[in-house]
Amino acid sequence: MSSSEPLHRRLGLTDDELETIRVTLGRDPNRDELAMFAVMWSEHCSYKSSKVHLRTLPTEGPSVLVGPGQDAGVVDVGDGIAAVFKLESHSHPSAVEPYQGAATGVGGIVRDIISMGARPVALLDPLRFGPLTDERNRWLFEGVVAGIGGYGNCIGVPTVGGEVQFAEPHTANPTVNVMCVGVAPVERLVTADREVHEGSLLVLFGAATGRDGIGGVSVLASRTLEEGADERRPSVQIGDPFAGKLLIEASLELVERGLLEGLQDLGGAGITCAVSESASRAGLGAELELDAVPLREPDLEAFEILTSESQERMLAIAHPDRLDDVRVVCARWGLSTAVIGRLVGGGALRVVSGGATIARVPVRSLADDGPEYARPMLVPSDAEDAIADDPTFATVTTETDEAFLAVLGSPNVASKRWVWEQYDSIVQGGTLLPPGADAALVRIEGTLKALALSTDGKGRFGALDPYLGAAHAVAEAARNVACTGATPLAVTNCLNFGNPERPEVMWQFAQSVRGMADACRAFDTPVTGGNVSFYNESGSSAIWPTPVIGMLGLLEDYRLAVRAGFIANGSWVYQLGETFAELGASEFADVVLGSMSGRPPALDLERERRLHALLVEGARSDVFESAHDCAEGGIAIALAECAIAGGIGFAVSLPGDQPAHVGLFSESASRAVVSVAPERATQLEDAAAAAGVPCSRLGETGGPRIVFDGLLEMSVDDVTAVYEDAIPKLLAG
Amino acid sequence: MSERRRPRIGVVTFPGSLDDRDAVRAVGFMGGDGVALWHAERDLHGVDAVILPGGFSYGDYLRCGAIARFAPIMDEVRAFAEAGGPVVGICNGFQILCEAGMLPGALIRNRQLRFVCRWVDVRVETSVSPLTDELVAGEVLRVPVKHGEGQFVASAPDLERIERDGLVVFRYCAPDGVTDEAHNPNGASNAIAGLRSEAGNVVGLMPHPEHAVDPDVGATGGQPMLASLLSSALARVSAA
Repeated sequence: MSSSEPLHRRLGLTDDELETIRVTLGRDPNRDELAMFAVMWSEHCSYKSSKVHLRTLPTEGPSVLVGPGQDAGVVDVGDGIAAVFKLESHSHPSAVEPYQGAATGVGGIVRDIISMGARPVALLDPLRFGPLTDERNRWLFEGVVAGIGGYGNCIGVPTVGGEVQFAEPHTANPTVNVMCVGVAPVERLVTADREVHEGSLLVLFGAATGRDGIGGVSVLASRTLEEGADERRPSVQIGDPFAGKLLIEASLELVERGLLEGLQDLGGAGITCAVSESASRAGLGAELELDAVPLREPDLEAFEILTSESQERMLAIAHPDRLDDVRVVCARWGLSTAVIGRLVGGGALRVVSGGATIARVPVRSLADDGPEYARPMLVPSDAEDAIADDPTFATVTTETDEAFLAVLGSPNVASKRWVWEQYDSIVQGGTLLPPGADAALVRIEGTLKALALSTDGKGRFGALDPYLGAAHAVAEAARNVACTGATPLAVTNCLNFGNPERPEVMWQFAQSVRGMADACRAFDTPVTGGNVSFYNESGSSAIWPTPVIGMLGLLEDYRLAVRAGFIANGSWVYQLGETFAELGASEFADVVLGSMSGRPPALDLERERRLHALLVEGARSDVFESAHDCAEGGIAIALAECAIAGGIGFAVSLPGDQPAHVGLFSESASRAVVSVAPERATQLEDAAAAAGVPCSRLGETGGPRIVFDGLLEMSVDDVTAVYEDAIPKLLAG
Repeated sequence: MSERRRPRIGVVTFPGSLDDRDAVRAVGFMGGDGVALWHAERDLHGVDAVILPGGFSYGDYLRCGAIARFAPIMDEVRAFAEAGGPVVGICNGFQILCEAGMLPGALIRNRQLRFVCRWVDVRVETSVSPLTDELVAGEVLRVPVKHGEGQFVASAPDLERIERDGLVVFRYCAPDGVTDEAHNPNGASNAIAGLRSEAGNVVGLMPHPEHAVDPDVGATGGQPMLASLLSSALARVSAA
């Protein structure tokens, strides 16, 4: 960007936004004030393009304790226990520096959870990259996975799930999302309604402030990545997981001992964001003494201190009488503390440096009164054509065996063991279903309850129909949770999109939000918060509209958890739901036909909801021996995965007279495959009939082979080898 | 009627310890009392055995365990071990014991240069150790590993002495007990997963027995190990 541009534009503010600032202040902002507005009014912090749409989401429900607007959503899971969760993007930093970008993504989301007063108990990582046949994509993939492990493994929070998908649009823009889940006693939550007093102190603790991550939210996260993005490496923060671990323990000890009025993490927009949001929530102003901020290097300028995104820092709000106790706790964990200011009446944030006031702005204007845009929207001109060209009726010349192996060995479908073996998934001792399951299941210590967690995004579906793509993502996430026997409770999300200033992208966004809202309403799973990641595009290449859903479910008694793998020979195998001729945007269409067009499968939200209810009820009455979601790759892959997970084969025949490839690979929604002991078959059939869910017996488990009568037959060992070896082989180059 | 005392097992928390709470919980699950010990103190609070847990003490930015060995409590742990007290180092704890010179050899980056978290099988090589005195050589136990630096190495003379004196406590193996490269998760020399001191009361291992006691979570190969530790601890109390 040319240096002859005026300062506000170089900082990412528009001319109109500058004018608004002038009106708010009644004068021209100075350089430091401009820097503060630039980060707080960035797309990343202010949601200026998205909030008109986000307001349409359902956010309330009987179990929701804290909805959108705070650091994380909170759900009541009974017995006085709260589950706290949030999903966030760290795609832009990861595209520039994969290891640190991903690592600091983990650190950031963990601090969001601890700032609510909750102990982090699980991490999940939904990741999207370009094809692994490309060397740079392999570098990004390996770096991101190593970064997630490098941070997550060092802080004692298990990484229990997530997903990894590969598609060409992510070559230029990998999508790195991170979800964290925490648990706290309800009465210990640090929520915005805590009483905060005028005169209370702003205590910064943790790492010193340096020059890393200056303008991360504005320069990096709120613009597209163009040529020369490597030069933005200084805008990527550097993580120190050891300090992150100490911050967790110190923060939780401060909360447990009741020493705080408020707790805020320092992430995007640094001190400016933490102080202005804390003061604004309390309906107060603040005085900030910049000279009191511990610095990593001596000559930082005021605007750098105000906007630095140095990691591993937290801001505590404490009554002056509690300061000594706060200091003792932090010192015990080897963390430094600094009183950097106090809350005052009047609603202004006054920044003092060298004894002089260098900035004075209303906190509300920074934290709450940012711009809001109803950006223009336009249906993409090729949308109709792409849907009309449906591969469902294409002539298929590929042999069924060959097609099956191609789909099974596609990196989107194949085992992600190479990824999750690099994550500590067992620390804290509560992981009942580890990565690779339909949903992760994490026991709540001291109870029989478990949280079921799944993240899902449907990029290809969304590319062809953003409304359906979003609704399918919610449906699949809820179905995954229900397959374990848990009741889906609430949703967090990360909305990954291209440049919102392009009307086609804004249309995709609006459609996606509508699809997500409709599905969440149908399943009674309100949205408790989330994150919007725009500007995921380079040149003319944007990522597919990819809302990623993080679903939280509750299993009241974890001893009734259902797993995907077959557990016995001679059990009866059923399909719940129906298979229609729906190959549009399927894995089969992509891998075998090379098609990226057609109509994504239809989604009847009421049918879907009935299936979830049946899965939950079946688990509660202990009917199922196994249950598994039927999604990418269709019923062929779903049953193969049950066989691989259990090491037990099966023999089935598919109902109806569909062509082989349709019956095997169609991705019709609202389906699951289950196995039951023969003597429980009537019970299942009755329950399905009562729930209004189609239920067809396909065959039996047993033996060393998978057999689709008349269509396909292979040994479980061969199928397992293809499934497990696909990604390691691609990485070998 | 006098009640038999529950063994008290100290678990040291260093800054960056991660599996300390899990070790305390596992000791409780097995019928002992887990006692939290703090790195900066010089007091073992009269415990009957000490566990140095897994994690990344002090961030392990230098070498794993290289700083923890200087923690004030390590003087007490060393004295306790010299007096014959049972000391178990798990994962990072094993690394600390090697750095402190209480066990021979060292743990370096995994051969595949990646962190690995997976369930493995280990074969018991000797019943002379606080983790195996209720076990018989040849038994196979299923336990998880999770580490980036778990490849055990030692100089040729050290390795020869380790084998000659029977200091190997566990080796990675196939489920049938046969050792081979396919079942060695980190490239450890001689597939060594765990090791004891010459005196036999100090033992270090990379696998995590504390994550393998609760059948609701997974396999239970850690149960007999921790049961052995509790009985070793009690035996010491009764002898005293």
